[in-house]
Amino acid sequence: MKIKGPVLKYGDNIDTDVIIPARYLNTHAPEELKLHCMEDIDPDFIKKVKPGTIMVGGKNFGCGSSREHAPIAIKASGISCVIAESFARIFYRNAVNIGLPIIESSQAASFIQEGDTVEIDFENGKVKCNEREFDVVPFPPFIQKIIKAGGLMEQLTVDS
Amino acid sequence: MTMTQKILAAHSSLERVTPGQLIEARLDMVLGNDITAPVAIDEFERAGLSVFSKDKIALVMDHFTPNKDIKAAQQCKQVREFADKHKIVNFFDVGEMGIEHALLPEKGLVKAGDCIIGADSHTCTYGALGAFSTGVGSTDMAAGMGTGKAWFKVPAALKINLTGKPNKNISGKDLILHIIGKIGVDGALYKSMEFMGDGVSALSMDDRLCVANMAIEAGAKNGIFTVDEKTIKFMNEAGAKNYTIFEADKDAEYESEITVDLSQLKHTVSFPHLPDNTKTIDEITTPIKIDQVVIGSCTNGRYEDMLVAAAVLKGNKVAKGLRCIIIPATQKVYLDCVTNGLAEIFIKAGAIITTPTCGPCLGGHSGVLAQDERAVATTNRNFVGRMGHTSSEVYLASPYIAAKVALTANLERF
Repeated sequence: MKIKGPVLKYGDNIDTDVIIPARYLNTHAPEELKLHCMEDIDPDFIKKVKPGTIMVGGKNFGCGSSREHAPIAIKASGISCVIAESFARIFYRNAVNIGLPIIESSQAASFIQEGDTVEIDFENGKVKCNEREFDVVPFPPFIQKIIKAGGLMEQLTVDS
Repeated sequence: MTMTQKILAAHSSLERVTPGQLIEARLDMVLGNDITAPVAIDEFERAGLSVFSKDKIALVMDHFTPNKDIKAAQQCKQVREFADKHKIVNFFDVGEMGIEHALLPEKGLVKAGDCIIGADSHTCTYGALGAFSTGVGSTDMAAGMGTGKAWFKVPAALKINLTGKPNKNISGKDLILHIIGKIGVDGALYKSMEFMGDGVSALSMDDRLCVANMAIEAGAKNGIFTVDEKTIKFMNEAGAKNYTIFEADKDAEYESEITVDLSQLKHTVSFPHLPDNTKTIDEITTPIKIDQVVIGSCTNGRYEDMLVAAAVLKGNKVAKGLRCIIIPATQKVYLDCVTNGLAEIFIKAGAIITTPTCGPCLGGHSGVLAQDERAVATTNRNFVGRMGHTSSEVYLASPYIAAKVALTANLERF
């Protein structure tokens, strides 16, 4: 799979409370959640995001609560991939489990800036931006299997 | 192997596991709440699964309960109907529920040696009992309810060697805030935090539960304590059965190690907007005006926390202009507050006592902050907008400090 899209960039420790504030967790409908995605640090996020936009973050992206509503809101908003220097572990699991592509690369995440256009080649583990190319470590085969199936539940159905 | 690694090995029928290894482990408990369970139930039903066990699933209606609005009521209703349909034994609705991470240990539903997942990041709390326990998302919860298993990457370990005894009124909260301040909010990312050493015995079980609870705030996969006589007494009193005590091997490998002398700990506060932004109380130079104090949550809503708050508030008055909200974490803690006269102390001081709920901790209800307001809270997170308006601020502290602040409406050096 290859994708290309414009970048929205955020800082370190983007927590799940700013990705989707808890006051909106009285629903879990993706279409409702996406309307409030990132609103506490970027009130215009939902106006700026276009289908295919790539979100870039710093260290410890997705820290805090285990709410799966966070990757669900990001995915529903149209974001095609999140690249970060590092991910908080529950967010990482959740993103894999719901089929939101993520890439952990400190080099790519620190190089890429807001407004850049980024190309990602998932099969070959390449991230391209402004003539620079970054190699990214592929997921372990176990996780690739989940992603290939389209998420954890899909994989369970395939296995059983 | 470390304690964590031994528990994971035992639950995946492996003789040995090593950090980085991917394993599939059997689960002793799968937990969800009124926010995370509805998402899991949708996934579970979509996949057409049936539950792996009626009594190894716990569903606790604690976040937006008593139902704060119609949508929250719908979510609880969905979980209630699911619990009824699948005859889930450990479904805790209003009247029986408490904040999940206070409730499960109190009911003896989690214990040493267990392998537990919960769709709530503070599921790491049960490590205080010598269990491997970690937070996951709703899809993992759904798969866990259906299969009784979950995949894990075996974590490398951070050893936290505790020595000495804490001084009077220094609590587990000061310890964990001190550690997070030292290693940072990603200081234990993907790792297990293994608490051990002579100092462990100087900590009460409520202290240990508070410390393990906030392991996630350092990014850890889990926090775990060695098991001692206090742990065993706690589990026996809670009616926990068939626990297994694991001990780390003498040659267990730890990626890094820190030592904390409990006798050197000071009152510690996390300033906005990250738990690692800590100051000791004597480092506060200018008093900070506070509008609200919250004493409660899965971190500090246990009976010992209530006792500490009551000792400070007894015979005193909450400062004019400050709201003091006290939230006993379970029905049992609430009842003990009533029976033992704490409730009277709180009310006479001008504080309010609410029914158990996560409520204000996550800005849900029952104490949401307005623009520019500041709260001192015994909760676990002080992210932007966590307790309400995006310009409001949360300062994390122990019940002792929170109660002291309630009397003056100032967070200051003393």
